[in-house]
Amino acid sequence: MANSTSSSTAPVPLKTDERIVRVGFFQGLFRQPEIGALIGAIVVWVFFAIIAPENWISVNGVARILDSSSTLGIMAVAVALLMIGGEFDLSAGVMTGTTGLIAGMLAVKAHVNIWLSILISLAFALAVGYVNGLIVVKTRLPSFIVTLATFFVLRGANVGVTRLMTEQVLVGGIDRTAGFGAARLLFNTEFSLLGATFRTVTIWWIVITIVATWFLQRTRYGNWVFAVGGDANAARNSGVPSDRVKIALFMVTSTAAWLVGMMSIVRLRSAVASEGIGQEFIYIIAAVIGGCLLTGGYGSVVGASIGAIIFGMARVGIVFAGWDTDWFYSFLGIMLLAAVLVNNATRRRAEAVSVAAAKARTEKEEET
Amino acid sequence: MAEPLLEVRNITKLFGSVIALSEVSARVYRGEVTCLLGDNGAGKSTLIKILSGVYRPTEGQYLFEGKSMSFRSPREARELGIATVYQDLALLPLMPIWRNFFLGSEPQKSWGPLRAFDVASARRRVREEMAKMGIDIRDPDQAVGTMSGGERQSIAISRAVYFGAKVLILDEPTAALGVRQAGMVLHHIVHAKRRGLGIIFITHNPNHAYPVGDHFVVLRRGRVLSDCRKDQITQQELINLMAGGQDLLKLQRELEEAQTAGNAEAAGV
Repeated sequence: MANSTSSSTAPVPLKTDERIVRVGFFQGLFRQPEIGALIGAIVVWVFFAIIAPENWISVNGVARILDSSSTLGIMAVAVALLMIGGEFDLSAGVMTGTTGLIAGMLAVKAHVNIWLSILISLAFALAVGYVNGLIVVKTRLPSFIVTLATFFVLRGANVGVTRLMTEQVLVGGIDRTAGFGAARLLFNTEFSLLGATFRTVTIWWIVITIVATWFLQRTRYGNWVFAVGGDANAARNSGVPSDRVKIALFMVTSTAAWLVGMMSIVRLRSAVASEGIGQEFIYIIAAVIGGCLLTGGYGSVVGASIGAIIFGMARVGIVFAGWDTDWFYSFLGIMLLAAVLVNNATRRRAEAVSVAAAKARTEKEEET
Repeated sequence: MAEPLLEVRNITKLFGSVIALSEVSARVYRGEVTCLLGDNGAGKSTLIKILSGVYRPTEGQYLFEGKSMSFRSPREARELGIATVYQDLALLPLMPIWRNFFLGSEPQKSWGPLRAFDVASARRRVREEMAKMGIDIRDPDQAVGTMSGGERQSIAISRAVYFGAKVLILDEPTAALGVRQAGMVLHHIVHAKRRGLGIIFITHNPNHAYPVGDHFVVLRRGRVLSDCRKDQITQQELINLMAGGQDLLKLQRELEEAQTAGNAEAAGV
């Protein structure tokens, strides 16, 4: 079947070959999981550029959008990796609050050095991620349920412990602890560029997206992430340590939540007990808009970041357009549906093209 | 005759009070194909699992390269070069060919302390390896799920060969395939055999087994019904053995059907 092009009936196979090559080009373009999100982002940008051009098309407008997308983007990247690995983490949102509260309470109430507080908070995040992962791989229960339980436990503890310690639902005065300035510099500070105010969070987000993309696309561990999400058993049969990969991914997600938690408390100068609740679905939605399949084994980190930008644009765009912000979620729902439909259509198209190419080849085999 | 590459002697496997296999012996030599035939429930699956290291036999000996073996896991068997290609193939449909091919054994390159998956080399080598099996991959980025069943089997087989298999155990590789696609897989079996591998080809289709096999072991109800070389048996006799020679009328019908399929098969190979 291999060298059918060299058969005597040259014109027919040659014609077929040309077609496959041409299809291959479009296939390559549309096979990228993030293509749907990219088209969606362009549509949303153009939409607001028409409605509110004077604010939207400016350096300040870009800065506002990036500020609004950055922490969401960091979480979306981690959640996308986890989803490609075939799992969910519903405790990721509330975890940004928990880690902030731990660091804040240790520094403010227990007078622990702020850097030590931050590290203890990180250790806690890693432990929760590990436990989430361990329960999921050992029990084979859906991670949706396991992390939903973690979500409720943390949500209750966030309010309960905070009220117990402070008789309030927030820990204030974090900016009065020694070393706060340096922590702020590391996690979340402002800088000026081209006359607008940007935040270092955006730089973190860009670096994390690049590193995660390299990890996913260009290391063996990335290959394992795709494999455990596609079929953990098949991956195991090929020698991939499936359980360890999944546990590591839960730990990556909880570490990202810790990072975002630290970014939040240095910006607000206080840790709020309700922080992050409800965000977990936003992360998942951003990853899905970015091309991640809910069933795992397929997706893109860059796509998840583009998904976060779509959210940021919607949030800022509604304000710029002068609409009531009450409509944000309705707008978001429409955007989500539109993005997912575009996504779905492009993926179907890519699949249809691939199937057509495979069929053409099989037919050619039959001929020879 | 030379020493067998892999041999089982008088293997018995009990599951509680159920006798799955009773005193089964079989062997495979380098560069030869041993076909393991049997109808459903004959004990083929149990024997594969013993050969691949999933189960340990209750009684009997397992010899590989002349040494007695007792595997604790399929991984141990695989590391010695006993590769099993199961029906589910352990392929990920959403992943490109090159990612699938090297899964678990990715080629790496170092940048100082960083170790990266050598993607360019993986793409090139997967094309080269598949070309050695006589398959021309135009696009290593094609998702495996979009390929035909025969092509997927070919990837799984060439992957096992590439990663140094000495014995290749193929679990019903032609079962779900059309005549043309099955012919393609049989072609790969012959290819791997010529490269010096010992192949254990499990099937319930004597028409697929006969053209490529050197030895035929027919299992029936957990026992070896027949064990012979190709020159000791005709295709017709093999078909008769499989049917068990009991219900003659039924057998006659099956023969007629098998004959037609066999002719088509012969034309295909």
